Amino acid sequence: MGDLDFDVIGRTLPYLMQGLQYTVQLTLVAAFGGTIFGTLLAMARLSAFKPLALAASGYVNLMRSLPLLLVIFWFYFLVPVLVQTAMGWERPPQIGAERSAYVTFIMFQAAYYCEIMRAGIQSISKGQVGAAYAVGLNYWQAMKLIILPQAFRNMLPVLLTQTIVLFQDVSLVSLLNVTDFVGAATKIAQRDSRVVEMYLFVAVVYFILCYALSYMAKRLQQKIAIVH
Amino acid sequence: MKLSIFLEQIPDEGIAWWQNMASGLGWTLGTAFFAWILAFTVGSVVGVVRTTDKHWLVRIGDAYVELFRNIPLIVQFFLWYFVVPGLIPAVKIWVVSLDPTEHQFVTSVVCLGLFTSARIAEQVRSGIQSLSHGQRNAGYAIGLTQPQTYRYVLLPMAYRIVIPPLTSEVMNLIKNTSVAYSIGLVELFFRTREMAEMTFRYFEAFTAATLIYMVIAMSANRIMAHIERRVAVPGYITGGK
Repeated sequence: MGDLDFDVIGRTLPYLMQGLQYTVQLTLVAAFGGTIFGTLLAMARLSAFKPLALAASGYVNLMRSLPLLLVIFWFYFLVPVLVQTAMGWERPPQIGAERSAYVTFIMFQAAYYCEIMRAGIQSISKGQVGAAYAVGLNYWQAMKLIILPQAFRNMLPVLLTQTIVLFQDVSLVSLLNVTDFVGAATKIAQRDSRVVEMYLFVAVVYFILCYALSYMAKRLQQKIAIVH
Repeated sequence: MKLSIFLEQIPDEGIAWWQNMASGLGWTLGTAFFAWILAFTVGSVVGVVRTTDKHWLVRIGDAYVELFRNIPLIVQFFLWYFVVPGLIPAVKIWVVSLDPTEHQFVTSVVCLGLFTSARIAEQVRSGIQSLSHGQRNAGYAIGLTQPQTYRYVLLPMAYRIVIPPLTSEVMNLIKNTSVAYSIGLVELFFRTREMAEMTFRYFEAFTAATLIYMVIAMSANRIMAHIERRVAVPGYITGGK
């Protein structure tokens, strides 16, 4: 243990914090985009129009049966090709792993948020839906004004827990050489041969952040639990 | 799309690309299998411990689960692969004596096993706690000790209740095996990447991996549903129809 040097953390802290900032940013964007896309997917899965429901559940089941790592690499080389085709360009654009990761995580997380929102929508009693239609609201109005706000509230703790999972999952982009928090630590660990110190530091920081967040999620659950 | 690529020989290897991926699949399933045994054993013990009346045991069990749940899996891989041997000289001496593949395999089994055990512990705990308190008391009332009450009354019911969540843990474990790629284990994802990089046939390699993972997910689902039906207690509602 004598040759450990934890000063390396102090020296490289700004660089590590830049990595952490990317991690947080990617988490927030993916949580926001994933919730919106996931909610739309949930509505599609519950739709009475069968082809739409089938397409949505096919997408969700596909995403949920694949390892995130595989999906990250799929999007990494698929996104440039898709953009090229959509724009009719001659060569695929240089997008880079940092930016394609945003697309990946929104698309991937949406499948998981979808299942949560579906449970949330189904937790609202049929009578409320009937009542909404009875007062003359159309489908979108009923969803927006009556059902989704309650579904969202009921599912908030679960959504938050899923977001903590997302926050941890983002670390996998480091395998594409992206400088997220883990990626930054890996680069310094290799440059300065300080593997032990770097990964211990990363583990401790993740633990503190995730523990605090899950504690908040638990408190929230007790606070907003609706008595049926 | 060029499917014949899978039949082509790998330069200097003497095997075809499809055999290379099949060997990766073997490592994925083998690693997941041993990790599951470890996870199920440790997870059951920790889960049970968290429902006993010994407060200090409950504390330790809770701390165990929190520790493994709040650190990303890839960081846990690096901890087991780099940090543990770096801090404990005895482990260092041992892993140096292993060949690299053995070292990667043992690390992956331990890492995935303990990571999954924390999740199983959580399921087992909630399964036991979902049973009515009367069952435990009834066990004590007919003169069973606490271990006997667990063995004959609580656990047989609790395990049946948690089969559906355990099914998703099996699938999570198989998917998580891909993260062992980060320490160089030659599992399915590693072989997929290798093939894509060496042949520039990204689409073919990744499509093959996608199909394989989908088949695994479906099979795992079926097998667990079968187990659920087999062990169902008559009169109790279960999910697997």
